[in-house]
Parts: sequence; C-alpha cells; structure tokens
Amino acid sequence: MAGLATSFGSGAMTNSFNEFSSAKLFLIIGSNMTEAHPVAATLVKNAVVNRGARMILIDPRAHRLAEFADIHCRLNVGSDIALLNGIMHVLIAENLYDKDYVENFTENFEALKAKAAEYPPERASAISGVSADTIRAAARMLASANAAMVIYTLGITEHVCGTHNVMSVANLQMLLGNVGLKGGGVNPLRGQNNVQGACDMGALPNVFPGYQRVEDAAVRAKFEKAWDVKELPGKEGLKSPAMLELAKSGNVKALWIFGENLANSEPDISHVERCLESCEFLVCQDIFPTETTRFADVIFPAAAWSENEGTFTSSERRVNMTRAASKAPGAAMPNWWIFKQIAKRFGQEWKPDSAQEIWDNEVSALAPALAGIKYHRLTNDGIQWPCPSIDHPGTGFLHKDGKFTRGKGLFTPVDWVPPAEIPDEEYPFVLSTGRRLTHYHTRTQTGRCQGFDDVLGEESADISPEDAERLGVSGGEKVRVCSRRGSVEVKAKVTKEVPPGLVWMAFHFREGCANWLTNAAFDSITQTAEYKACAVSVEKI
Amino acid sequence: MTILDVARKNGVRIPTLCHESALEPYGACRICVVEVEGARAPVASCCVPAAQGMAVRTETPRIQRARRAIIELLLSDHPEDCLSCEKAGACSLQEYAYEFGARKSRYPSAEKHNYAALDDNPFYVRDYNKCILCGRCVRTCAEVQGDCVIDFAHRGYDTAVSTPINRGLIESQCVLCGNCVQSCPVGALTEKKSIRMGRSWEMEKVRTTCPYCGVGCQQWLHVKDGKIVKVTGVKNAEPNRGRLCVKGRFGYDFIYSEERLKTPLIREGDAFREATWDEALDLTADKIKEIIKKHGPDAVAGVSCARSINEDSYNMQKLFRSVFKTNNIDHCARV
Ligand code: SF4
Ligand code: SF4
Ligand code: SF4
Repeated sequence: MAGLATSFGSGAMTNSFNEFSSAKLFLIIGSNMTEAHPVAATLVKNAVVNRGARMILIDPRAHRLAEFADIHCRLNVGSDIALLNGIMHVLIAENLYDKDYVENFTENFEALKAKAAEYPPERASAISGVSADTIRAAARMLASANAAMVIYTLGITEHVCGTHNVMSVANLQMLLGNVGLKGGGVNPLRGQNNVQGACDMGALPNVFPGYQRVEDAAVRAKFEKAWDVKELPGKEGLKSPAMLELAKSGNVKALWIFGENLANSEPDISHVERCLESCEFLVCQDIFPTETTRFADVIFPAAAWSENEGTFTSSERRVNMTRAASKAPGAAMPNWWIFKQIAKRFGQEWKPDSAQEIWDNEVSALAPALAGIKYHRLTNDGIQWPCPSIDHPGTGFLHKDGKFTRGKGLFTPVDWVPPAEIPDEEYPFVLSTGRRLTHYHTRTQTGRCQGFDDVLGEESADISPEDAERLGVSGGEKVRVCSRRGSVEVKAKVTKEVPPGLVWMAFHFREGCANWLTNAAFDSITQTAEYKACAVSVEKI
Repeated sequence: MTILDVARKNGVRIPTLCHESALEPYGACRICVVEVEGARAPVASCCVPAAQGMAVRTETPRIQRARRAIIELLLSDHPEDCLSCEKAGACSLQEYAYEFGARKSRYPSAEKHNYAALDDNPFYVRDYNKCILCGRCVRTCAEVQGDCVIDFAHRGYDTAVSTPINRGLIESQCVLCGNCVQSCPVGALTEKKSIRMGRSWEMEKVRTTCPYCGVGCQQWLHVKDGKIVKVTGVKNAEPNRGRLCVKGRFGYDFIYSEERLKTPLIREGDAFREATWDEALDLTADKIKEIIKKHGPDAVAGVSCARSINEDSYNMQKLFRSVFKTNNIDHCARV
C-alpha cells in the first residue's frame, strides 16, 4: 500500500463495492476479478450489461472479463507504466485532463507532465505492445466519462516495480480528477479476507495499529502508556522476505509463523525451505499441518473461522463481524489467546479476555480511524473506516472534494523498468501467475472441502494455441516448465486466454506449484515479490 | 414502484413465486394477481406500476380461487415428495399449497414429467421434476451473476431449464456460484452437501463474513447441532446482496476435516509428539527468552496471518512489540 499512501496519504480502497453497480466507466488493470474476487466481478458485469457502463481492461490475458470490455489493452507483462504514461501523455497533449482539479487539489504536476512527455503513444506502444491508436482511444474514453473507477489487484503490485505501478495509477486518476467522488477512485482488491485488517492492526514492521509510525516518539509514548510498558522499539522492523533471508544467515534465531504457508506461497520454494530449515527455533500456529509446519519446533493448534467471534476488515475498509457456529476441535484455541499466554509467561497480564474486549477496549481506543467502531455497532453491515466517533456512520469513499488525507494529492512521476528477469534464448517464455476460481491460495482450506478437487484436481500450464502448435503439444499433454530456480511437470492447457510467449500458472497445488519457478526479486519499497513475471522454458515430455 | 412494492412496503402480504427483488419484474407465475378497481381482469401486481388513488384488493374470493388454481396446476405435474424433499419447510410451493388448500387430486390425469435428477457437479443437484418454470435461476444467472449459462429449452409442455445443448454444468461456462440455487423457490435446485443433514426448521442461522477473498461477503451459516450444514448469502447486505461465489457458498467444510491440528505438538527428532498447552507454551517462552538474552530482541521475528481475525493480528503485534521489544512483525500480503 506504499504507493497509495505516498500519493494520497492513505493506502486502502478509496471507494466502495456498492458504487460498482452505478459506475459509468471502469478501468480494470491486472485483476482477474471473475476468478479472484467473483462477487465483486458480478457487480461490475451488472453495471456493464444491465446499465451500459463501459470498461477498459488492461491485462495480458483475455480472461472472462474481456468479453465485457469496450477496449482491451493486451499489454506485454510488466509494461504497465509505459502504457499508463502513454495514456497520460495523450490526456495532457490533447488537453483532456481535469485542469481545475489538478490545480486545486494536487501538487507536482509539472514533473508528471515532463515525464509523460517522454512517452508519446508510439513509444508506449513499442514497449507495451498495445497499438498507439488503442492508447489514444483509451485516453479519450477515460476523458469522456464524468468519473472512471480504477480497480486493480496483484497484477500490478506483484512486480519489482509494483509500488511505482500503483503510483502511476494514482497519477492517472488524479489527472482525470477521479479521486474523491462516488464511482471513481483507486480501488485495490485484497486477495485475502483480512489483508486490510492485518495492515490496520499494525502487523507491519513500521506502524502500530492505525498506521501510527514506530519512529514517532509521541506515538510510542501513547502505546507505552496504553500497554503499561517501557521503551517500545522505535526502529522499523524486518519485512517477511528479509526475515526468511536472515533466518538462513543465522541473524534471526526465532521465527513465529502464524497461519501462513510460506513454503508454498513464497516465490522460489527451494530457497524458502532452506531458510525455514536453517532457523534455530520455528514456531508455527495453524489449523492444519502444512508444508511449512514440517519445519517447526513447536506447533500451536488454532481455532478456525466460525469457531470464535471476531472481526475481519474487507477491501472496502469495512469492519465486519465473524461469529462462532461450531466448537474448535480438540485442544485448539483462539489465536489471540495463544499470544496472551506467552505474554503472561513474560510477566505481562493482558486484561482483554475475548475478541470483543480486545477490540472495544484496545484496538478502537488506540486507532483514531476506528475510534467509533465498537462491537455493539457491528450487528448488520459493519462499518467502513474512517469512523472517528461513536455517532459517525463510517466512510464510503475517501478524499472527498479533493481533500486528500495527506493534504494535496501528490503526483509521483515514474519510469518504466522491465521485469527483473526477461526471456532469453534459454528461457524464452514469460511466466505469470495467479489464482483460479475453484481454489484458494495453497489449498489448505479448499483442498479439504468436498468437491473442489473434483472440479480442479491439479495444476496446469496455460499456453496459447500458437505456442502449443510450435511445441507440438495438445491440451492435456504433459510439459516440463523450467526456470533458473526449478522445474515442474504439469499438463498443458491450451487456451486463447494467453497470448503467444506467455505461460500462466497458479500456486494452489504443491505439485506443479508455480512457486518452484517464480523469481524472488522484490519491489524495493514494499518487498513484494515479482510473482507476475519471470523467464521459463517449456518443453513437451 | 409496482403495486407489489407498495404492498410490501406497507406490510400487506401478496404471495409470489417468480418474483425476486433483485431481479427485473417478470410476471410469469401470476400468483401475485390482485384486483384493481376499474380493471376488467386481475393484474399481476409485480409488473403493474402503482398509481396515485389506485384501489387494490389483494384477498378477494376471486383472487383466492385464481391463486389456488395456479398452485393446483403446478401440483398436477409435481412429484409428491415433500416427506423427504430437502426444501420442505422452506418451499414456496409447499407453503402456498397449504395456505390455499390446494390439492394435487384436482387434476388426477394430467401428464407428468419424469426427468432423471441431474447430478453432474460436486455442489448441487438439479431435479427438474420439481421445477415450476419460474425462471428465477435463469434470470439470476443472467441478471445477477452476469453469466447467462442456463436458459429455457424446448417449447410448451416440454419447456425445461437447460445448459447449452444440455451438456453437463461442468462443460458449460457455469462457475458453480450456486446463486441460482439460492434463488430457487422450490426443491428443484438443492445443495448437495446439505442432503439429509437437517430440516430447514431445525437450523439456527448465524450471520458471518466469508473467510476467503477480500470482498467480505456476508453469509448465513445454517447450523444444526453445532455444525454448519449449509451457507447462503445474506440478502440486502453490503457488499454482496445475497450473492456468493463457489468458495463462499460451498467452501465451509474444511473446518471439519480430520486433518485439523487438535493438540500442541513439539518436535522430537524428525517427528512431533503431542504436548499439553503448558508444555508447549513454556517451551516457547523459555526458548524465546533465551534467544533474546543472547542475541537481542531483533533475533526474533514473526509473520502474522492475513486470514484470521483482526484481534489475532492485534495481539500478535502487541506480543512482538510490547513483550519481545521488536518491530519484526509483518504479514504476507503487504501490497
Ligand atoms: S419442491 Fe416443495 S412442494 Fe415439491 S416436493 Fe419439495 S418441498 Fe414439496
Ligand atoms: S451456478 Fe452460477 S453460473 Fe452456474 S448456472 Fe447457477 S447462477 Fe449460473
Ligand atoms: S463469497 Fe467469494 S467473492 Fe465473496 S468474499 Fe467469499 S470468496 Fe470473496
């Protein structure tokens, strides 16, 4: 979220799902919504089919949403910035941008203008593979709408230039005056149910709950008082890739992994496993044994969804209740309880003894944007933060009337850079990865639900008919996909969804998992891995 | 606003079968007929706009007769299966048959369909013998799900809901969201995992939030004896308005897997042994104390979970910051 935080001052979805159905124009970039966020996709499809909204889709793959698009920019993997700069070039050159908005509510426009000038449509086209005419058409369509809503997902963030991609999208929306109004905004859809919440709660190395920075002495004093402790650490901590790296080198001695299956979900599986193996003391806390818990020294059994009460915060900043329906099996306990017991063994008695007490007495008391959210208010549709006081209804869209959280919206011009690893003679294909509809993540959940493996029982490598013909493979035949880090053998799925030169895979199955291949190259700002691009070879077995 | 909308807003009950508030008015089942003063024949209240000064009667003997006749016609080609039907107790046809005193025996010699139940996917069964051709599934797929996978095929008496060329759902574009199942007012479409798991009136309904993606869909958990036996979308709730996807609707039974971790485990050589909470917690605390003492707090690091509740992440970061004294706390999806 660093990108949006820099541009706007707040790193969350600016608008709400219920605005999807009334939006006039969508710009959807790097988001395979129909599979990864299916219900949100239905709202978009309804707007297009039932109410005549238009759609510009920016995605290398012609996935299902492409059927609904007016313009589909099938760009080369990792060329988003060039394309967006090209679109902004047209908007500025043809005087189609929102001058009043830019003047009144933003800063640093001249720098953006200079940068965009370097990307005439012809140059943007040469990099992105999208024709100059299409780039012009997209720009004009964007300018023609009262408001356009940008939706993006991991397709633009899981790149070495992920943060810059996000800033570029933010630049475009500010240029169009599309931030701070209904049916507009910049809307990242979160892949997991509580990514937003984990960020809000301060499960981040640089902020306390509510995005209050650890370097700030006043903030630390506030938490020291609330938690009745002394000398909270003021130095930013490690991000997860660095934790793994340092576990391997021996600087991190104890690693505590809560509910994540890093051994399948992180790029370059062999490397991650070496890191986990070399860690002196590994604590895992989970609901199932996973590929990761194999390396643990201690495993804590946790209560799962529907086994205890609590809150999730969805992509649209909505704090929702989750309630208990069944009992946790055996001795499994709520996760918050486990942490509390450890604190006790260090001599700290934490008072809250239920999720409600934790939220009402600590979380909402400490995070200003959540101050008005209390359990007794969460009976129906939850509440969207910011909600600063108990009588506040919550906030549907951010930065209203061009009043950005940071003051003025900041244009941050960025340059296109190629992915860290690009195809060459030995590895001539680009591998890009993502999720498929019927499974979720590393299948620790869906793999244990009846029926899901029947619908999709194994990984496949999606390749274009053209490449299939050249390689002499037909659908269902096995291929070997190799990268510099590993190789997998999977069935080929021949589909027009992918363009020639691209291989597309998911990471749901251990066998044939794309992460044996993916590149552990990271965005320098967020340390997000480049899951969306690496170089591979494909051969028929 | 239609007559039906106005009636419902004012607490006047009008029965409906093909109507659903999330869908465009359809006017096919005619069970919602009412008498409008000045109109010659009864009108379908779901389709006729209400007008100022309109006088409407919803329960005249004539209307009641018409409604009973509609239900009896439907029953004439309907299996007598309420005893073991999954929908019993939540079925609109059953409810109205009872309400209007409609009996199957009125048309004893009517022709009857005998379709084979279609069990072509892991999540729901289609028994078109029970279908009343209200079109709610067809319209839900098109208007709500936005996919147009199913439609009416054939004509007249042979009309039936079908996939393209009547191939199975798996071969069609169906995404198995089950939104059509939720909209079916009778037992033609039913969830497979719920079969013989409990009657509708035995279920407690618990509202919760989907554990999968970040959309945050609102769900009803249908719970019997402490076990979830079915999940449906919460109508009129933000953000999903009753909709769910395949994961949200059918992906709940992982919690009952035999493979769940049920007790703390401690490594012993290459294997794990079961331990008590006290043992495992003591060991962990001691080991971390020792590491902090020897190598300082920054030798400890933790990754929190982006799927579990806020309160869990909060307590974890609090543990790392206030107890271990390190900011080495992160989660996996920083983007
Ligand atoms: S669909 Fe309704 S009326 Fe028909 S058998 Fe089932 S419960 Fe009875
Ligand atoms: S399950 Fe969903 S996609 Fe399939 S027919 Fe029903 S509504 Fe359509
Ligand atoms: S039902 Fe589907 S779209 Fe809705 S939150 Fe769950 S996974 Fe996401």
